Amino acid sequence: MSWWSRSISGCGLVGIIHRKKKLIEGEKVICAICNMEERGNGLGAGFAAYGIYPDYRDFYAFHIMYDNETAIGRAEEILMNTMQVEHSEQIPTRRVLSLGATPIFRRYFVKPLAQGRPHDMVDLNDDDYVVKVVMAINAEVDGAYVVSSGKDMGVFKGVGQPDEIADFFRIDEYKAHIWSAHTRFPTNTPGWWGGAHPFALLDWSIVHNGEISSYGINKRYLEMFGYKCTLLTDTEVVAYLCDLLIRRHGLSLDVAASVLAPPFWKDIDRMEEEKREFYTRLRMIYGSAALNGPFAIVLAYERGIMGLNDRIKLRPLVAGYKGDIHVLASENAAIHEVIPDPDEVWMPKAGEPTIVELEDGGN
Amino acid sequence: MVEIDAKGIHYRVLNDRIRELVDRGEDHIVLRNVNGQRYIGDGITREVKIDIYGVAGGDLGAFMNGPRITVYGNAQDGAGNTMNGGKIVVHGMAGDVCGYGMRGGKLYILRDCGYRVGIHMKGYKHLIPTIVIGGTAGEFLCEYMAGGRVIVLGMFGRTPGVLTGDYLATGMHGGSIFLRGRVDRHFMGKEVGEVPLTEEDRRFLRETIKDFAREFELNAEEILDAEFTKLIPVTHRPYGSLYTMDSPIIRS
Repeated sequence: MSWWSRSISGCGLVGIIHRKKKLIEGEKVICAICNMEERGNGLGAGFAAYGIYPDYRDFYAFHIMYDNETAIGRAEEILMNTMQVEHSEQIPTRRVLSLGATPIFRRYFVKPLAQGRPHDMVDLNDDDYVVKVVMAINAEVDGAYVVSSGKDMGVFKGVGQPDEIADFFRIDEYKAHIWSAHTRFPTNTPGWWGGAHPFALLDWSIVHNGEISSYGINKRYLEMFGYKCTLLTDTEVVAYLCDLLIRRHGLSLDVAASVLAPPFWKDIDRMEEEKREFYTRLRMIYGSAALNGPFAIVLAYERGIMGLNDRIKLRPLVAGYKGDIHVLASENAAIHEVIPDPDEVWMPKAGEPTIVELEDGGN
Repeated sequence: MVEIDAKGIHYRVLNDRIRELVDRGEDHIVLRNVNGQRYIGDGITREVKIDIYGVAGGDLGAFMNGPRITVYGNAQDGAGNTMNGGKIVVHGMAGDVCGYGMRGGKLYILRDCGYRVGIHMKGYKHLIPTIVIGGTAGEFLCEYMAGGRVIVLGMFGRTPGVLTGDYLATGMHGGSIFLRGRVDRHFMGKEVGEVPLTEEDRRFLRETIKDFAREFELNAEEILDAEFTKLIPVTHRPYGSLYTMDSPIIRS
């Protein structure tokens, strides 16, 4: 670690998308997140990449982190009993001396079993089935953590500076049409490998700067829907909330953003009747899904990225684009690392999502 | 004049270099390829010209007293933080909390600025800090402002015609804000009120806008050709009785 990297700061985050689904080299996202080195303190960094497993695009890619060999055996037993495993392998890593001892990382390309499913999971759709398996491994196997579980995507994360984690996971060897990245400065929760960002479930992945003060309320709310928060970090609830609101409840991203960062009552009072009614109901139905506390997040998913701030913008977020490449980041300079001569750069308004999706829905 | 290529240079190294040059008596420093390096010009207490090409990082010109910094690009959060004297001219946009606790000098931003700009600004006798924002200011502009002057033009940003966001001047108890146009009362703190401009105000506006226009090669007359609104605090100590027996909080 360099001698100057200990100054006090907040987390840093980046999201990048090529709207025409062209692949962007890992080097770009590494440069962007490393530009904001000062925002982290070496206790967590990570990357999410979309479009990296075209050969297995119809399979759910499970990235699993293990503390020990026993955990591998137990987690693989769950996978074998629930999934058709098409292929599995060690996630390629480089030795990075400064990181010290590292967990074991394996990936599995899987599909829910067509026949012979556990009796309580027979009627589930594929995504619900996968969520259930992820929760089972996280909750039941000591020392095994599902880092990501989406199709044609993966999360790579750990404890270290972003350049060290990038080096360890050989991020420079991947190309993706959507990237996100994070450098962490943990404040309230432990800096451990499973607590690094992004947090992911299915193809939803979240990087976050801030503190979710409503973690307890959100966690209990999510438990009612079968989500188990096991990763000791507030950001975990955001990933599960996105899955619940957008995939399971079918809310649009805009509306989901208004659940996570709901408009203030004083602003709802001033809306026209129809809108007022809508947002009043939304706040009443989803009160326990609202995020309280300062945050800037970037959500990445199969079709796009979304940036969102808390309602009074207590954490920074800047957006920019050059042609088809759009970037969201904690700092303006990080955007310039990806697109040195942006067409436009701006600061999104608090509580209003910035959504950039693939053209034609990615088809 | 000395040029430094800042590409890939860590801010500590870059700022050590700038400081050395300033100590040696250099009076014009040009920084090329700056991209996010923090703390440029901080705490420098003599007149020196610093030109920055690229994106100036956080806390540009903090605590400075004398330099004249020109940014040919955008500035990040906290430009002019607690600055005492000198001038910062940004030929682009600037981030959140710029001019925080500013005590003197000038900060000109051509385009938009982020949230909480001018928060806790103060003035003392001849020290009157001035911020001019050519575009739209984010929410909480001049929150808890205690002195100095802020002008918002709403002309050169992404949303022409929009001056500020919500919570304008919440808790303001000193200084004045000049808006080129009007902001709905709903978006202001209850501590401020609109008052007519005095002759002295008009003189100040004319001088400052002319200077602003000169910096960015704009037409001052065009900028001045509009109705300006002046906001000042209606109470000197808005929270003076917050924790006394008269306070609505205590009484309830």
